Amino acid sequence: MSLVESGRSPKALTWLLNYGRKRSLWAYQWGLACCAIEMASVYVSPRFDVMRLGVIPFPASARQADLLIISGTVTDKMAPPIRRLYEQMPDPKYVISMGSCANCGGPYWDSYSVTKGVDQIIPVDVYVPGCPPRPEALLEGIVLLQQRIQNEDPAERWRGEPIIVGGGVIS
Amino acid sequence: MTVTETASEWQKAAYIAGQAADARVNVELETEGMTLNIGPQHPATHGTLRIVVRLDGEQVLWADPVPGYMHRGYEKLCEVRKYPQVTTLINRIDWLSSFANEVPFILAAEELLGVEAPPRAQYIRTILFEMARLANITLFLGDMGAQLGAVTPVFYAFRDREHVLDMIESATGGRFHPNFDRVGGIKDDLPKGWIAEAKDVMERVRVFCDQMDQLLVGNEIFQTRTRGIGVVPSAVALDYGLSGANLRASGVDWDLRRDDPTIPMAWKHADFKVWTHPDGDSFARYWVRLQETRESTKIIDQLLDDLPAGPIMTKVPRIIKIPEGEAYVQTENPLGVMGYYVVSKGDLGPFRVKIRTPSFNNISIAPWILRGVYVPDVITILASLYFILGDIDR
Repeated sequence: MSLVESGRSPKALTWLLNYGRKRSLWAYQWGLACCAIEMASVYVSPRFDVMRLGVIPFPASARQADLLIISGTVTDKMAPPIRRLYEQMPDPKYVISMGSCANCGGPYWDSYSVTKGVDQIIPVDVYVPGCPPRPEALLEGIVLLQQRIQNEDPAERWRGEPIIVGGGVIS
Repeated sequence: MTVTETASEWQKAAYIAGQAADARVNVELETEGMTLNIGPQHPATHGTLRIVVRLDGEQVLWADPVPGYMHRGYEKLCEVRKYPQVTTLINRIDWLSSFANEVPFILAAEELLGVEAPPRAQYIRTILFEMARLANITLFLGDMGAQLGAVTPVFYAFRDREHVLDMIESATGGRFHPNFDRVGGIKDDLPKGWIAEAKDVMERVRVFCDQMDQLLVGNEIFQTRTRGIGVVPSAVALDYGLSGANLRASGVDWDLRRDDPTIPMAWKHADFKVWTHPDGDSFARYWVRLQETRESTKIIDQLLDDLPAGPIMTKVPRIIKIPEGEAYVQTENPLGVMGYYVVSKGDLGPFRVKIRTPSFNNISIAPWILRGVYVPDVITILASLYFILGDIDR
């Protein structure tokens, strides 16, 4: 076990590592539904421009990605590929569930073919509510995730409650 | 012999030599067949379309689209919703032009109820419909470049699309999914100062079209990648039920905005040209959409100029109960002809809704059009056919 993983690294080193990790989040492009267009706005629109936060939306494969943004409706047919690609991502990995559909099913809460919440198949770090969320909401989700990464103990990943943009609790 | 003729002779000779070399290699190497899955997660598929292609070397032997990864069960869900709730759902069919989805359904409901929206509502509906078209097609105009490796147009497209979305948002309150259409009219009137702002935005969009003209259409790489690629003859296009710009790019002059004056919308008061292109290739599809965007801005300008005064809502009961009957209304949506077949049994909600979406028919030509093309052209052709996954799977 290395120094970092054992939790015995000096504080300054931990801070530096976390700073590097939060400023080079490689976000996997996974457009599923309407939210994908808002996600694309965040990625390439000059008005929002996520790259100034250090999020790089260019990994062509899930194996190069740190951040997975589930943007849109997850159907039962799409759920196995999502799980599979999530498992291909290298640790440490983070998941943002964007939009009502990915959070809980959204307007398709009574549909026969929609998975009600992507958190049934993969763990989620940040929930961004909205249908679709405005690009600013996704940006806030990314910023909150970066704050969490900055304060993270590298030895104890995956602890704590998920973040909900705009407040609220998970019941 | 002039210079150009020499060049073309050289090109011809080089082409023949290349073909001969290919044939030799094929004979010597005995390329083995291979099945390739494009998707369900692939940037070129605009979402989650999966296309299974059988390859011989780099040539496609057959291709088979596998839809259903975005199937959300719209037609079943519409049966358990009330009429005002249905528009919330069907906003999300073709998510790039949400307002345009509501219009045919509301028109069908109005037809069953026997009411018609007042002229001002019709005008505002048409203006917002065309704005939805702009929001949709500007993205295509940029995205097509991205599929060919030119990243710059995407940034331009998103930059100018934001302005159109701003206008939709300031009028309807929804940036993406307005849910603004009501049976018998629209929800609100236009805000103050909207008309002047909208005209500025139309000017911006026209400048954007000129930029695309210079960046892409005049570009040699773009032309060689798209001209003569994915040719759809007009007879085949009609057989497969293509509609919208895909059909007009094959030379069929058919546009419901002009050809169906029975639709109670304001297109008949605007003067616009329906562009067609005889070639039917990827370039034609791009070019037709580019011209269409310009025409749309002109339609909006004209309608803004002679926007009539008056009410925006006709007299309808507070709780909408549609009498028994059936109606089918189709309009020319950004992607093609979209129609709703609404069956009512006199309830608060529809008994059955059949949704005819353009992308489903447009993508049905994929097995025909992809046979024999090379793998990089698969991406070009799919991008130029321009489908939205929510529109295919519903």
